[in-house]
Amino acid sequence: MANPDAVAVAASPETIAERLAASRYLADDSLATAIFLAIRLGKPLLLEGAPGVGKTEAAKAVAELLGRELVRLQCYEGIDAGHALYEWNYQRQLLAIRHAGEHEIDIYDDRFLIARPLLQVLRAPERRVLLVDEIDRSDHEFEALLLEFLSDFQISIPERGTIRAATQPIVILTSNRTRELAEALRRRCVYHWIGYPEARREAEIIMLRSGDVAEATARAVANAVQEIRARPLAKPPGIAEAVEWANAATILEKGGSPWPEAFRRAIGVLIKDEEDLSAIAPELGRIVGEALA
Amino acid sequence: MGDPNSPFSPFTGRRCPEGADEGQRHTGQKVAPPLTCLPASSPRERGEESLPRSAQPFLGFARLLRRHAFAIAPEQITSFMQAVTLLGPRSMNDIREAALATLAPSPDRRGEFEAHFRGYFYGDTRPSIEGEEHDETRVKDDRGTREEEKQTIRQEKGGELSSALEQLSSRDFQRDADGLGQFRRKLASALPARRSFRTARTRSRGTLDLRRSLSEIVSADGDIPSPLLRRRQPVPRKLLLLVDVSGSMKLHTADYLKLAHAAVQGADRAEVFTFGTRLTRITSALRVRDREHALVRAAALVDDWDGGTRMGPTLLAFLSVPRFSAFARGACIVILSDGLERGDHSDLETAVRRFSARAFRLSLASPLAGDPRFRPATSALRAILPALDDLVDGSSTGSLTDFILSLARLAPAAETIWKRVS
Repeated sequence: MANPDAVAVAASPETIAERLAASRYLADDSLATAIFLAIRLGKPLLLEGAPGVGKTEAAKAVAELLGRELVRLQCYEGIDAGHALYEWNYQRQLLAIRHAGEHEIDIYDDRFLIARPLLQVLRAPERRVLLVDEIDRSDHEFEALLLEFLSDFQISIPERGTIRAATQPIVILTSNRTRELAEALRRRCVYHWIGYPEARREAEIIMLRSGDVAEATARAVANAVQEIRARPLAKPPGIAEAVEWANAATILEKGGSPWPEAFRRAIGVLIKDEEDLSAIAPELGRIVGEALA
Repeated sequence: MGDPNSPFSPFTGRRCPEGADEGQRHTGQKVAPPLTCLPASSPRERGEESLPRSAQPFLGFARLLRRHAFAIAPEQITSFMQAVTLLGPRSMNDIREAALATLAPSPDRRGEFEAHFRGYFYGDTRPSIEGEEHDETRVKDDRGTREEEKQTIRQEKGGELSSALEQLSSRDFQRDADGLGQFRRKLASALPARRSFRTARTRSRGTLDLRRSLSEIVSADGDIPSPLLRRRQPVPRKLLLLVDVSGSMKLHTADYLKLAHAAVQGADRAEVFTFGTRLTRITSALRVRDREHALVRAAALVDDWDGGTRMGPTLLAFLSVPRFSAFARGACIVILSDGLERGDHSDLETAVRRFSARAFRLSLASPLAGDPRFRPATSALRAILPALDDLVDGSSTGSLTDFILSLARLAPAAETIWKRVS
C-alpha cells in the first residue's frame, strides 16, 4: 500500500482533480481517477499518448500536488543500469586508494556511490516522485530491468547488499507509443491513455497555461487546432503548440496585426513541418475564420 | 437468474432482462450495497467459492475480455476489484474507469472494449463488435477525412476476403523449397548494422571499462593489470516491409506474405504492413511461428484484398501515425508494389519523399521490373525515382530474398542505374 501522507492527499478522484487544477493542470475525470488509483493501489502509473498532450506535465503536477520533488529519468536507446540505478565514482575510489597508503579504506562507502534516479527515489520515497520519461525509447533489456525494480522496489548492489524502499515510491511512466511495451510492464501499472482534449477543455487549458490570452482567442485557437488535427499531417499539433500559438497570436495582435492575420503569421509555432505548412496554408484562412466566428 | 437482488448472472455475464432498460441503468443503489463486502485487503483469496457473489461480475467481465483475446493477468483482475472498491463505486462510470485503468486495453482496441463493457454491464444486445478475433489494429485513421471510404470498403469485403483465404491456404505446400528457411536464418546478420549506445566488452579498440578495471585492480592488490575495454556494439537496423495487396499485385501477394513471415521470424525488429485502399498492420499475426497459421491470421486481418490502389494516401496515412513513422526512422524500408498509382500521383510523391527522408534505405521492389524490357516510364515512377535508393525486381521470391540479404552492401542510387539502362 502507498504511504499514509499520499493517501491523505488522495482522498477521492475529485480532490485530486482540484489539487491538480491548483497546480495549473486540468485533468479530466478519467486521468484523475487513474492518478487516484495509482496512489491508493500503490502501483506505478503508465501514461500513454501522442507527443505534446501533456504526459510529462501531468507527472510534474502530481509531484507538486504531493509536495514532492520530481526525479526524472529520461530514457533513450541504450540506457543501462549505470545510468538508471547507481554507479561507483571510480576516479575517486582510485585516488582514495592511493591516498590511504597503508591505512585500510572502504572504497564502497557512500561517498563513492553516485545515486542515479532509481536509487535516489528508493532512498527517500516519501520525498520524491519518480518519472520514467519516454520509456518506449529504451530497449527491451532496460524494460526488463525496470520491471524488476517496479515489482519489488529494491536494488541490489553486489558490494553493499540490497537496498529496499521504506515505503512504496510513487512512480509515473510515460510513453509515446512508438513501440509496444511488454505486456508484463503494462499489467503491473495503472494505465491511462491521454488523448487530445475536446475544444472546450483545450480552451480552458490554453487560458490557464498562457500568459494573457483573451477567452475568445483561446476558444478560437482550440477550435482551429481541433480542425487542423483532423487532417493527415506529419506532426499533428499538441497542446503545448496550441498554447504557444495563442500566445504568439496575442503578441502579434498587440503589435498591430488584425485578428485573422495575426493567427496566420504565428502559424510557425503551431506547425513545424514545411510540408504540413504548405498542405494547410490554402485552408488556413477558412479554418481560422470559422474558428473565430 | 430470477433473484431480484442480483442483476447479474455470474458466468454468462449477461444482465437479466428486467434490468436492461435505460431507467435502471444507473445502478448506484442497486450495485453498490453488495459491493461493500468485497475484501479489498485479501487479494490472495482467488478461489471462486470464497469470492463474494457481488464480486463475481467483475471476474466474469475479465473472463469475457480474455475470451476475446485481451491479455489480462490475474493480478490485473485483483487490482480491478480493489479499484472498484476504492472508488465506491458511486456510479457505473466508476466501474468503467476502474476497468480502463487496471485492465489496460490498448488504445487501438478501446472501442471494442467499450462495446464489451456496455454489453456486459448494461446488457445491451450484443453490438456488432469490430475486429473481434484479432489482436491487432486496422489503421488507425480515426480522422474524419477517411470516414466515408471506410464505409464503402466494408461493403466489398465478403467475397474477396474468403477467396483470398482459400488462395493462401491451398498454395502453401508446393512452395516449401523456395529458400525462405535459409533467408530467415541469414536475415538478422545480413541486415545493415548501426552502432548501438549499448557497449560490449572487447579486447581491442575501445574505451576504458572503469568498473571492471577497478575491481581487477582491487583484487590484484593494487597492481594495474592490462586495462579492460568496452566498445559500442553493432545492432541490425529495423526492417519495414510495405506490401501492396491491390488487384494488380494479385499474383504476388501470397508469395510476398510468405516472405514477410520469414522476415518477421528472422529479423530482430521487423514490421509488416499491407496497403491497398487502406493500411493494415499484420506484424503480430506473422509472429506466429507456424507459417500456414500465421498467413491465415494475416489474411483475415486485411480487408482490402485485390481491390484498388490508393498508394499515396495510404502511405501518407502510415506516416501520420506517430508510432509508425517513428519506426520508419533509420529503418530499411522495402515497398513491395508495382507502383501503379492511378490518377494524381502527387500524394505518392510526397509520401515517398518523406519515407526517403526517414529511412536508412528506401527500396521499391516491383514485379514488373523482372521483365528485361521494363523501364521506369510511368509518370508516377519517374516522379518518385529520385527519392528511391533502389528499384529492383520483385517478381520472384528468389530475387527478393537475394536483394534483402544484400541491403547492407552499397549500391548506386536507383536513378543512376536506370538512367544507365535507358
